Amino acid sequence: MIQSLVIIEHDGQRVMRGSLSAITLAHQLGGSYALLVIGNGIAAVAESARAFGAASVFVIDDLGLLEPLADRYATIIAEVAQRIGASNIVGTSSTYTKDILPRVAALLDAAMLSDVTAVEIKDGVTLCQRPICAGSQVATVKIEGNVRVLTARSTAFAVPSLNCQTCPVEQIPVDAASLPNGTQFISREQRTSTRPDVTEARVVVAGGRPLKDRETFERLIGGLADALGGAIGATRAAVDAGLASNDCQIGQTGKTVAPELYIAVGVSGAVQHAAGIKDSKIIVAINRDPEAAIFQMATYGLVGDLYEIIPRLMAAVRS
Amino acid sequence: MKILVSFKRVSDAASQDGGQFVINPFDEIAIEEALRIRERGEAAEIVGMTIGTSVVDEQVRAALAMGLDRAIRVDDSRALDPYAVARIFLAVVRQERPQVVILGKQAVDDDANQVGQMLAGLLNWPQATFVSKVEFLNGNQRVRCTRETDRGLEVIVVNLPAVITTDLRLNEPRYVSLPGLMKARRHPIEVLSCAQLGVGVQPRTTIVSTRPAARRSGGVRVESVQDLVARLRQQEKVL
Repeated sequence: MIQSLVIIEHDGQRVMRGSLSAITLAHQLGGSYALLVIGNGIAAVAESARAFGAASVFVIDDLGLLEPLADRYATIIAEVAQRIGASNIVGTSSTYTKDILPRVAALLDAAMLSDVTAVEIKDGVTLCQRPICAGSQVATVKIEGNVRVLTARSTAFAVPSLNCQTCPVEQIPVDAASLPNGTQFISREQRTSTRPDVTEARVVVAGGRPLKDRETFERLIGGLADALGGAIGATRAAVDAGLASNDCQIGQTGKTVAPELYIAVGVSGAVQHAAGIKDSKIIVAINRDPEAAIFQMATYGLVGDLYEIIPRLMAAVRS
Repeated sequence: MKILVSFKRVSDAASQDGGQFVINPFDEIAIEEALRIRERGEAAEIVGMTIGTSVVDEQVRAALAMGLDRAIRVDDSRALDPYAVARIFLAVVRQERPQVVILGKQAVDDDANQVGQMLAGLLNWPQATFVSKVEFLNGNQRVRCTRETDRGLEVIVVNLPAVITTDLRLNEPRYVSLPGLMKARRHPIEVLSCAQLGVGVQPRTTIVSTRPAARRSGGVRVESVQDLVARLRQQEKVL
């Protein structure tokens, strides 16, 4: 009997490392779990998911599933969950799971909790912790019903280590013609950057509105990130001003990160941004304003002009 | 075309004691987008829906002042979860029969980001979530949406009827004028109960307790780039 069905996110080539956090949540929920990989031409992706202690890796591979369209994916996930009788449908919080899993919950007549940071089973009752109000509060929430949908906040659950035993891969046939057909994928902006994704990087360098234009942002924030082999992040204000692309946005409504080193450059430290970085191991703040809120959460603070500091920091790091 | 928009009363993040209440910012963006669609001549009517007791009428008035044609408040005093909200909205959608439902992608109090997707699933309609651009095609039969995803901007076309949820960069909501607010005071609010809508829902998630999140404390002020790099190298070993 499989207790939890874990949705594995991938980009067609490889598993998103962050999405593996959901496996750890499934493990903590108890019982056995299976992984589900959906897409087209994903044999290698499925193969790479075999060593994480699951009972099975289910693969649904069809040309009609090349792109993660919520209406189709949700229908499939709900069907698989029902077929195997899973009590928990689990994913890691991302725009992929945020799009698809609430729809799965509705199809299964199940309640859902997103961004879970801890889980505890007490007298058969599932209690989850999750941040609310831009991370200023932690709520303990009881979730009822025979079936539950949960997403894990990736920064709260470690990526599982590889197991030496691998599980079988099971192909599940799908009748693509029977799937919803109301959504058409047109295009996705091609990321040209060779930098790591901001949620997966060991080092993140983030810039705020004081970087005066896109070129300056790229030269200073991008340059420092490259010197450190890191990713670039941005505040909402910086993204709104067109300094960085939207997938760099960190905070309450963007991505949540927990790198070993987070360098905030010209970032004021508004609660919405702080919500997305507070689990970082080391936070370095560089800001001209000694009163900026970011200094209240930074491990190391340096007051000064970023236009002087960043080039010197780049040189010092490279030496 | 008829558009249904939802909005939630939330504590204003700008007022630190949480004593002030506003329309959830993402829902304001949803209302604004509906107004722009109507201003382009692509929609004839915009109906707003919300859930709560009469205290929410303050936000209903503000939404009417922005330019809703009608406003529905489902009178309910319970602490509802996203699925219960979606079930109630489903009943309103069935009654109102809009071609498009626009919702904020998340409420800034519970940050759940679920209701729009659940509603789309219950209706078996296509969905376009986290949308930063909306463009109606083929005489309002389809809508082309740009979505903000972790992998970058994505464009999809969905058939109508459909559910759309808004991201931050879709638009900048207009300010409400004082005359608009005065006029909205006299505008009727359609108050319905769950019983009248024929929905019996019980929330299945319950907040048992809350506590303040652990706060990071401020650390060391360093005086120079050299000092910073030395600490990151020798003490922290992250460089």
